[in-house]
Amino acid sequence: MVPLWMYLTVAAALFSIGMYGVLARRNAVAVLMGIELMLNAVNLNLIAFWRYLTPFNMSGQAFAAFVLVVAAAEVAVGLAIIIAVYRNRQSVEVEDVDMLKG
Amino acid sequence: MVNFNDVNYLPWLIPLGPMLAFAIIALLTNRSRLVPATSHEYGGHHPDYDGMLVPVVAPWSRVLSIVVGMAGMTAAWLMSLVVFFQGISTSKLGLDDKVFESSRNWLATGVETFRIGILVDPLTVVMLFMVPLVVMCIFIYSIGYMAHDPRQARFFALISLFAGAMLTLVVADNLLLLFVGWEVMGVCSYLLIGFWYEKKSAYRAAIKAFTTTRVADVIMLLGIVYLYTMTGTLSFRDILYNPEVLAMLAGTPALIVGSWGISAAGLIGMFLIIGTIGKSAQFPLHVWLPDAMEGPTPVSAMIHAAAMVSAGIYAIIRMYPLFEAGGHPHSGEFTLPLLLMAVVGAFTALFAATIALTQNDVKKVLAYSTISQLGFMMAALGIGAYIAAFFHLITHAFFKALLFMASGSVIHAMEHGEHHLHEHHDEHGDHDHAHADHHAHDAHDSHDAHDAHDAHDHHEIVGEPIDADDVDEPVTPHFDPQDMRNMGGLIRTIPVTAWTFIIGGVSLAGFPLITAGFWSKDEILADAWYVWSGTSSVVHIFVFVMLAMAAFLTAFYTARQLSMTFLGDHRTEAATHSGLGGPRSIISITMQLPLVILAFFAIVAGFVGVPPDFPIFGSIFAPNGNPFFDFVKYSLLTEMQPPKPPFNAIPVLVSFAVALGGLYLGWRMYGRTPLKAGEADPMTKILSPSAYKLLQNKYYIDELYVAVFVKPLKWFSKNVVVVFIDKGIIDGTIHLIARVFTWIGDLFKVLNLWLIDGVSDSIPQGIINFGAWFRRTQTGQIQQYMLWVLFAVLIIGLIFVVSAGFLQAAG
Repeated sequence: MVPLWMYLTVAAALFSIGMYGVLARRNAVAVLMGIELMLNAVNLNLIAFWRYLTPFNMSGQAFAAFVLVVAAAEVAVGLAIIIAVYRNRQSVEVEDVDMLKG
Repeated sequence: MVNFNDVNYLPWLIPLGPMLAFAIIALLTNRSRLVPATSHEYGGHHPDYDGMLVPVVAPWSRVLSIVVGMAGMTAAWLMSLVVFFQGISTSKLGLDDKVFESSRNWLATGVETFRIGILVDPLTVVMLFMVPLVVMCIFIYSIGYMAHDPRQARFFALISLFAGAMLTLVVADNLLLLFVGWEVMGVCSYLLIGFWYEKKSAYRAAIKAFTTTRVADVIMLLGIVYLYTMTGTLSFRDILYNPEVLAMLAGTPALIVGSWGISAAGLIGMFLIIGTIGKSAQFPLHVWLPDAMEGPTPVSAMIHAAAMVSAGIYAIIRMYPLFEAGGHPHSGEFTLPLLLMAVVGAFTALFAATIALTQNDVKKVLAYSTISQLGFMMAALGIGAYIAAFFHLITHAFFKALLFMASGSVIHAMEHGEHHLHEHHDEHGDHDHAHADHHAHDAHDSHDAHDAHDAHDHHEIVGEPIDADDVDEPVTPHFDPQDMRNMGGLIRTIPVTAWTFIIGGVSLAGFPLITAGFWSKDEILADAWYVWSGTSSVVHIFVFVMLAMAAFLTAFYTARQLSMTFLGDHRTEAATHSGLGGPRSIISITMQLPLVILAFFAIVAGFVGVPPDFPIFGSIFAPNGNPFFDFVKYSLLTEMQPPKPPFNAIPVLVSFAVALGGLYLGWRMYGRTPLKAGEADPMTKILSPSAYKLLQNKYYIDELYVAVFVKPLKWFSKNVVVVFIDKGIIDGTIHLIARVFTWIGDLFKVLNLWLIDGVSDSIPQGIINFGAWFRRTQTGQIQQYMLWVLFAVLIIGLIFVVSAGFLQAAG
């Protein structure tokens, strides 16, 4: 059986890749995709811990299901924002969207 | 319960009438309306007022004020008469059980209480006959004399107050109340002398009179205070009828000067006498009285006859036992106050008489004559001729009031003549002259407005040297209605005034046997002679000689005045046309009736004091002893009453000689060959020119005072007070304080800017700076924010891990 640390390692790698995407990618869609990766890394952790630590308690799966739902909603809102930004500014570059600058 | 039938209470009410009249006129009936200053009604006293509106008393106010004033004075006069008759019907009035007095508490001063009260003894009774009568005449006279004055209501208010104050002084039972009346009269005299305040000379004369008498009054107040300190009372009877108190005062050495042998009584006496020297215009404080002629003539009569100057002598007569305490003038033992009085009085009598010889102003002659006659009284008091002095005070009041009012009539008549002359010209003159005539016409109201304006006379009114800005009136030769050189022959135009004036004049001169002045002067000389012949006292013979010479000069200048005024030809056109405006006019009646009344008393007042052993007259008028003497002597303690001098032919013959000789000589020089218009005074031929000039300029006393007092005072005021004290010390101190505070203010300003502003400004500035710095973190780059979050998470995680490790390690 695949030991737990391997799942955790994969999840950590996946989270780091997602994090890198969020921090480094200039395209807002790619940033959104990075976020999805990080969410999925979390989901992987939730499932892995559930399976190895409390297999008789369904809370891990429930959390994962919630995260999926929230992620779907988030993507829907995020993409809508990106489209709105694009319409206004003809760009999806994250660097260009700095209206919050103080 | 006050019993109004009790005569002791009536004197309380006597001063009240005029006082109330004063209050009513001043507060209610004195109402004016405004007219242009050039109006005929105003009389145009002052050219500077052209174009201004000036108040002139309303006709109803004029009438009502006269009625009120007369009512107040008449009430006082009637009550005085009641008291007078009560008094003379009480034999030996003045002895302890025969005196009207009542008093009540007045001022509580700690333990002691001043009492206010009235005292009626023989002195008061006689004064209550003379004062209200003379004042009454003056009131009546003022109705006519002031009839055209724009402020007649005010005039009646002031003379009412004056009369009230004089009556207060007369009935007072203590020195403090006497002093109150004394000072109120001082104020009134100031207001009345300066009544025509449009004239510079008038208000200057008022100030001069006020300040001169003030000098004396302060010293008198010192005497009063000292007397109170010594005895604890100011009541006349407590002090003067108490031999123990008098002996105590005479026996105690005075403060400070006691080592020179001056007793307390002596020092107090000297202080009080100096007060009188000021009030009764004795040398060297006589200078105010001639200038006081600037006031309206009724005021001159009031001040110089009935009230103020008499008040000075009356106060001394009142306090006489105090001055005599420790001495006995009848045996030649003098106390210092008596000596002072004798010397000052005798000197003043002669001194003023010599000045009167050369005066040309009809009122100035009378003014110096008043000073001289008051000197007679002072000298008489100094040699102990107490009753003779009082007798002379009374007779003098009658004839001097008469003379002043008659001279006012003369002036009025002269102005009338002058006025008439101008009207006459006006009919022919063109309109260009109207204005000039108007001014002359104005003179009609300012009766006394025309003092001698000779070049050397101009500045002597208050004795101030002529400065450039002083010469505000052009010194043009204008008509002076008071100058006797302009008169002459007036006996034909104003016979009533002339005859009464002559009666007053011969009474003043002491025309033998038939005039009041003879009997009173003779009594003074007889007293002096009698004591000298008994004790060969040097003072008595000195006084006798001085007074005899003064009496001679008095007769002489009276003859000169009468001749120049009434005899001979009219020397000017104004004299030809002089008159009082018809025999039945109100002015003519009110101005001549008092003259007749007073002329009557100027003759008969003397007969009450005829010595019983005088040949013929004694048996007619004094079969039971000298009535005046016997009545008045009870105002002194029995042992102090002066001896009655027996008849002696020498002083009587001297009186005869000086009076008749003076009158004859005066008549010979001025009457037999009357002065022609423009002719020089024959006096200049007799006296050397320098002596004549000396006398005409009154011995240059005014100039001396200017040099000694006025100029140094002005210098002191200007250079010391203004420059040094005011500008130097006071201004300097104030400037220094201001500078210190400015400096402190500057310090605070710097402190404020640097510290407080610094602190309170740098706090927000720091916040601003911090914000400016901190805003740079707000880049708007979402990924940068994310990076911050990542670092934060990593640090938090690190802390967590590390602390968890520590916790594990700690167990």
